[in-house]
Amino acid sequence: MEMLDEIVSEFLVESYESLDQLDRDLMALEESPDDRDRMSSIFRTIHTIKGTSGFLAFPHLEKVAHVGESLLVPLRDGELSLNNEITDGLLGMVDAIRGILAQVETDGTEGDEEFAALIARLEELRCPSVTQPAAPAAAEPIVEQPEAKPKAAKKTPARKKSSAKSAATTTKTTRRSTKKAAPAASVADESPDEIPETEVSESIDSADAQENKIPEPPVVSKSRAVAAPVVAVKKTNEASLAAADAGNEQQSSLADSSVRLDVSLLDKLMNLVGELVLSRNQILQFAQNSEDAAMIATSQRLNLITTELQAGVMKTRMQPIRNAWSKLPRVVRDLSISCGKQVQVVMEGAETELDKTILEAIKDPLTHIVRNSVDHGIEPADVRKANGKPAQGTLWLRAYHEGGQVNIEIADDGGGIGLDRVREKAIEKGLVTAEQAAAMSDHESTQLILLPGFSTAAKVTNVSGRGVGMDVVKTNVEKIGGTLEIQTRPGQGTTLRIKIPLTLAIIPALIVSTDGERYAIPQVSLLELVRLEGEQVTTGIEYVHGAPVYRLRGKLLPLVYLSHALGTHCSADSREQCEYRDDSNNGWDVDFVMARSKHLAWKGRLRAYLDGRETMSLDEAVSPRACSLGKWLYDEGMRDFGHLPQVVQLERLHADMHAAVGKVIQHNEQGDKAGAEKHLLDVESLSHHTVAILDELKQTAEGNGAINIVVLRANDREYGLVVDRVNDSAEIVVKPLSRQLKGLSEYAGTTIMGDGRVALILDVMGLAVASGLTADLRNSDHTGIAKDITATTTETQTLLVVDLGDTRQFALPTSMVARLEKVSSTAVEMTDNREVIQYRGKILPIVRLANVFGAYGSQIEEPHELQIIVYSEQNHSCGFAVNQILDIVETKLNLTEDDGQHSDKLLGTTVIHDRVTDVLNLCSLARY
Amino acid sequence: MSNTQHQFCTFYVDDLFLGINVQQVQEVIRYQEMTRVPLAPPAVRGLINLRGQIVTAIDLRCWLGMPKRNPDQLPMNVIVRDGGNAVSLLVDRIGDVIEVNDEFFEPPPSTVQASLRGLIQGAYKLSDELLLLLDTGRALAECDSRGVPNSRIAS
Repeated sequence: MEMLDEIVSEFLVESYESLDQLDRDLMALEESPDDRDRMSSIFRTIHTIKGTSGFLAFPHLEKVAHVGESLLVPLRDGELSLNNEITDGLLGMVDAIRGILAQVETDGTEGDEEFAALIARLEELRCPSVTQPAAPAAAEPIVEQPEAKPKAAKKTPARKKSSAKSAATTTKTTRRSTKKAAPAASVADESPDEIPETEVSESIDSADAQENKIPEPPVVSKSRAVAAPVVAVKKTNEASLAAADAGNEQQSSLADSSVRLDVSLLDKLMNLVGELVLSRNQILQFAQNSEDAAMIATSQRLNLITTELQAGVMKTRMQPIRNAWSKLPRVVRDLSISCGKQVQVVMEGAETELDKTILEAIKDPLTHIVRNSVDHGIEPADVRKANGKPAQGTLWLRAYHEGGQVNIEIADDGGGIGLDRVREKAIEKGLVTAEQAAAMSDHESTQLILLPGFSTAAKVTNVSGRGVGMDVVKTNVEKIGGTLEIQTRPGQGTTLRIKIPLTLAIIPALIVSTDGERYAIPQVSLLELVRLEGEQVTTGIEYVHGAPVYRLRGKLLPLVYLSHALGTHCSADSREQCEYRDDSNNGWDVDFVMARSKHLAWKGRLRAYLDGRETMSLDEAVSPRACSLGKWLYDEGMRDFGHLPQVVQLERLHADMHAAVGKVIQHNEQGDKAGAEKHLLDVESLSHHTVAILDELKQTAEGNGAINIVVLRANDREYGLVVDRVNDSAEIVVKPLSRQLKGLSEYAGTTIMGDGRVALILDVMGLAVASGLTADLRNSDHTGIAKDITATTTETQTLLVVDLGDTRQFALPTSMVARLEKVSSTAVEMTDNREVIQYRGKILPIVRLANVFGAYGSQIEEPHELQIIVYSEQNHSCGFAVNQILDIVETKLNLTEDDGQHSDKLLGTTVIHDRVTDVLNLCSLARY
Repeated sequence: MSNTQHQFCTFYVDDLFLGINVQQVQEVIRYQEMTRVPLAPPAVRGLINLRGQIVTAIDLRCWLGMPKRNPDQLPMNVIVRDGGNAVSLLVDRIGDVIEVNDEFFEPPPSTVQASLRGLIQGAYKLSDELLLLLDTGRALAECDSRGVPNSRIAS
């Protein structure tokens, strides 16, 4: 029974692959109906399925396959020519077979459905009421055939000898010649030698169909090419059997060169290699300190072999992206027909390889994007023609490697994304406010379609428009550590770019530490490292409503303290660290500098003492506690820094050194000059080490005083992670979190470091969300560019253009804007003759700019809502009420000084959108 | 009741004498250095590298609601299999592997503390003491479900 199950499951796997191949072949055949090679391949596949299903007693499956095969016979013989209807019928059959197989997979039976309608349809297609004229191909003279055959035969010896590569090229030529002969071939003459050759020229395709393959097309093709002539001699005249036998022949030759493996076995191998890499790293560390030449040589060899093994095992998991793409042409075909559009699919870089897990993970997102492109992107043929585009739309699938990542692009030459409509929809669905939308750049608007619940489709089709989708796509891509980018040009098309890592198992990462623990940050999310030293430590970090930010090249970067995010800064376990952090501040390095100079002074005196030039108490010379360094070390030193490993080491070294001094004195007293000299060398060396450790401590202390910001990108938002130390970058082996820890979104996994300890891998996205960053980040682009306005007048500035309710136009630099808010006019309260609102638990004074600048002309009626521009500096915040926010523009500020009545409230005047615009000086207005 | 014999790996946590079926125990190792997991449920003490396998260490004291271990008393690791993974249970002291007959088994007495009751399958009445049978499957599952909300509060 078990045996049978194994056969069935093998049959299933094989058939699924064959069916995928069938989809491709049928599609290709539709384009070139005369391609007899393909037709034969299709025929063979169906035949094999039929045969096996009969053998395994799946009568329904056999029946469906049989009818399909019957339909294929006249097609292959040229009695029928392929048309759309027949293709539809055949694809229907493929789907039916797939359905039955799925049923078999779930419960081992083929289900009750008999597909009577489909069978009838296929029968009808086979024997149409009006007999189709024979395909023109069949009329080709048979004479050509013998000519082609010797050609193929002649090439054979050359092929045998030549390298795999040249074999492939030769085969191509041969194929061309056989192709000429092909139309002439009748069923009886279906020469088997051309059957393997089809496979050769399409070796990539067929090799593909093999699961877990290590794609080696040249090798495969070579072996097949060699096999071909033998078959040819044997079976040239065994007409009807030839096709089926050749099919088997193909299978056996394929089986020789590839092995079907369970993915879990590969996973296990991958894990073991991961372990090996770690052990290798440890051994290398040992070897570095070893002086044994054999040990060093062996470890280097181990190093090389491990690296190669790792690459090899990684490769077994790699598959060309074609496997994920193979279903897409079918999807596009079906969809474009149902939408009444014409779409061709162009694939570039289909051989780009990806880890199998990743490949599986992107299949669904890819399908979704492609459906979107066809449904929303590419216009119907008449619209396209009217726009001067070819009637047939094109969908590009591109894949290429770039910087250790794989880029996948799905591009169409359709209408692009209508950004105005996107914004309208987003407002309508309440995803953003009108003001937010108005303030959005095109890039930001594009990102709107990635929000949950978004869809611009005017009507909900069965394909898309239900408003679930792009956000799911984005989540799925991000789940595997990828990013999603959208570029769109109105009228010219849209490009979606997915960037994903090559593999998930071993990734480059940055190792940081905070509160005594190390953490790994995947390098993919890393943008840059910023280190604040000296004065910047106290001034570099500013606060916006209590939230720490750092000005990174003029842009506000929200900060997350890792110790806060993880709660380690005052948890019970780390109280120790917590305490020293509190009272240590930046004064540490001073302690170590002092300790170092104390030691050097003592050492100078010791030398003089040993030479008899100076007096020194014996205690001070030989007791580690009595010298000046010792006094400090055993008091403050151990108390404040005893937790540092270097201090522990320092203590030991220092004690050893004093012991050595004792020996020197002892030998001196015994008059043993040589012995004293020897121990004096020890003292020198130990003292040298002591100084080195103090230097190291000083550096560590300085490092602790500085602030390290790791600038990360999560979900298109940037933020800075403040860590205690940035250690190193390393290739880490990712291991999943145990189920007890799965719920912690802050971590993406675990890994083992070179020293054998476990480290947690941070989830950059999860950290941002857990720290409540993403919500605030949404506004980060408005808080925008905090540049010093006077210093950068010649640089491009982002200005917020507002209207105060009359004919004038005002602008203010967005760098001065903390936030844009809308409040109901009823929220405005009065205090001491000032208007204020309650804002985030504080009282925010309101300045009505219209009043300040005395609105001319039109009567201003009290609006229901006030548009407030929140400005804050230091501890002072103020809200400016304006009538309307018109736009955000980027412009080079070319200010004209204004000596008018409001000169102190204006930075100057400039021209925006062909209108004279006053640029407001919020600093002085805030004091108004 | 059948007279089947069972082998138990026994250990002490505070004053409790506990046992797990030997079949569930992968190995027993001495104290290992651990990597702390901030925000994790309190019972999760850290992660151990067990020959390349990362093992979560769960402190049975914390989990059974007992007072903290004396800092200079190092716990032992009882590595138990949890599905395909391994989990380490931190205990105070390791006892012998003992063979017990099923006839001495009894479900937990109703007077046992509620916090303990869910985690104990029952007691074996030995000649000189009571061996409590720890329900590891339940224990680990519980640690799971407890984990998430706790960690959220902590953060």
